[in-house]
Amino acid sequence: MSADFDRDAPLLRVRSVAKDYGSIAAVREASFNLWPAEVLAIVGESGSGKSTLLDCVSGRLKPDTGTVEFMTRHQGMADIHAMSEASRRMLARTDWGYVHQHAESGLRMGVSAGANIGERLMALGERHYGDLRAQAADWMARVELDEARMDDAPRSYSGGMRQRLQIARNLVTRPRLVFMDEPTSGLDVSVQARLLDLLRSLTHALGLAAIVVTHDLAVARLLSHRMLVMQRGRIVEEGLTDQVLDDPQHAYTQLLVSSVLQP
Amino acid sequence: MNPTAPLLRVTELSKTFMLHQQGGAHLNVLEGVSLEVRPGECVVLHGPSGAGKSSLLKCIYGNYRATRGSILLRHLDEEHDIAYAAPRTILRMREHVVGYVSQFLRAVPRVPTLDVVAEPLIGGHARASEAAMEARYRAEQLLLRLRIPMRLWNVPPATFSGGEQQRVNIARGFMRMKPLLLLDEPTASLDEDSRSTVIEMINEARDSGAAIVGIFHDARARNEVATRVVEMNELGAARAAQDTE
Repeated sequence: MSADFDRDAPLLRVRSVAKDYGSIAAVREASFNLWPAEVLAIVGESGSGKSTLLDCVSGRLKPDTGTVEFMTRHQGMADIHAMSEASRRMLARTDWGYVHQHAESGLRMGVSAGANIGERLMALGERHYGDLRAQAADWMARVELDEARMDDAPRSYSGGMRQRLQIARNLVTRPRLVFMDEPTSGLDVSVQARLLDLLRSLTHALGLAAIVVTHDLAVARLLSHRMLVMQRGRIVEEGLTDQVLDDPQHAYTQLLVSSVLQP
Repeated sequence: MNPTAPLLRVTELSKTFMLHQQGGAHLNVLEGVSLEVRPGECVVLHGPSGAGKSSLLKCIYGNYRATRGSILLRHLDEEHDIAYAAPRTILRMREHVVGYVSQFLRAVPRVPTLDVVAEPLIGGHARASEAAMEARYRAEQLLLRLRIPMRLWNVPPATFSGGEQQRVNIARGFMRMKPLLLLDEPTASLDEDSRSTVIEMINEARDSGAAIVGIFHDARARNEVATRVVEMNELGAARAAQDTE
């Protein structure tokens, strides 16, 4: 009866992914789908395996077992860990974005903000200097950065500005899927709120699918449609974000929700 | 579409919270509730605190997961069971069929009031687009009608009084009219003028064919909006329904 909405193809299909570090099972039997334009939050305490799972599904780490399939533009569903290194890099540069917790890890700190944004376009073959500059200016405006700062290196930017720049650098190639690892947790609370609002309106306006790893349930509530709760490497609960937060079923989720001041 | 067919059919709905932190205690909040609501009807849930009125609204909205029973919502002549629907189906129903005005406003901090209200209509449109301008225009009309002073429109609602926040919440809830509207004490902390404006808005929505399920503690508000009152007792069971029309 309600299956009709689930019939359309997922953008990402994760099946039975597992990853051990020596004798420690970091991720066990993780399976989930992500649909186009859907924002999925992965929450859990540190050590729950959420970052390892993100690394596995974003192609940065090869799982021991299981598959991660992505709906490619030309070849349909393809296992990202079975494709060539070159194809996976191409995906990472074009159809995917990756927003790191620390902007320094995702930016080139010594080159100008404009070049940071233009670089991903150049990797796609864009060479016209005027066009690159115009696109960089456009994206700086979209993430609410002052265009006049385009020739400054991100070293001279504040933490919040760097994070905005990292987002612009990722979105300029119009990716279909963005991975975000604790995107707001390194920032002052006052800066966090504006950045969350920006992320929310950008994902909505661009119809972006995203996977957001966060330990902050309030961030999950504001950004995500659906969430997965991880404990000791396992997904223990999943569902509609507000339902999981307001009516948690699993003992661990109940503990998590009841432990925060105001989820 | 048959206009007299129920838009919402709740059948034998039960909700039990399992509290793992309290040694696995069970808390029954709803027990065998059945309810049908048609377009143009305003059903008011009435009963003491703890009777499960808010829980029933939250189950219908998909915010709480039903333990037993079904919650059928009609969309494009097809019924979807919210009690068992996938998250994506529930989100689709919220987009097209069911709206919910909670008791308290929950907004992204530091976002101006006008944007908080306009958001449900701006959706995926770019902020400078014509659709977004129209959404802002409608938001302004609602804020004017609800007497939120213009000087507050560009201020985030966090510092507003309880009554002002509630009016912002109502404005947001009325931005996009949905076939089914769930209202959790929308008039609770309002002054007399605002109260009658909100009652007027609810009645306009009902008369233009919306189905409404609401909780109103104030007897006068109840009498002014209800086409039917459903009594709920302490056991969270809906009992005798009486017509007040």
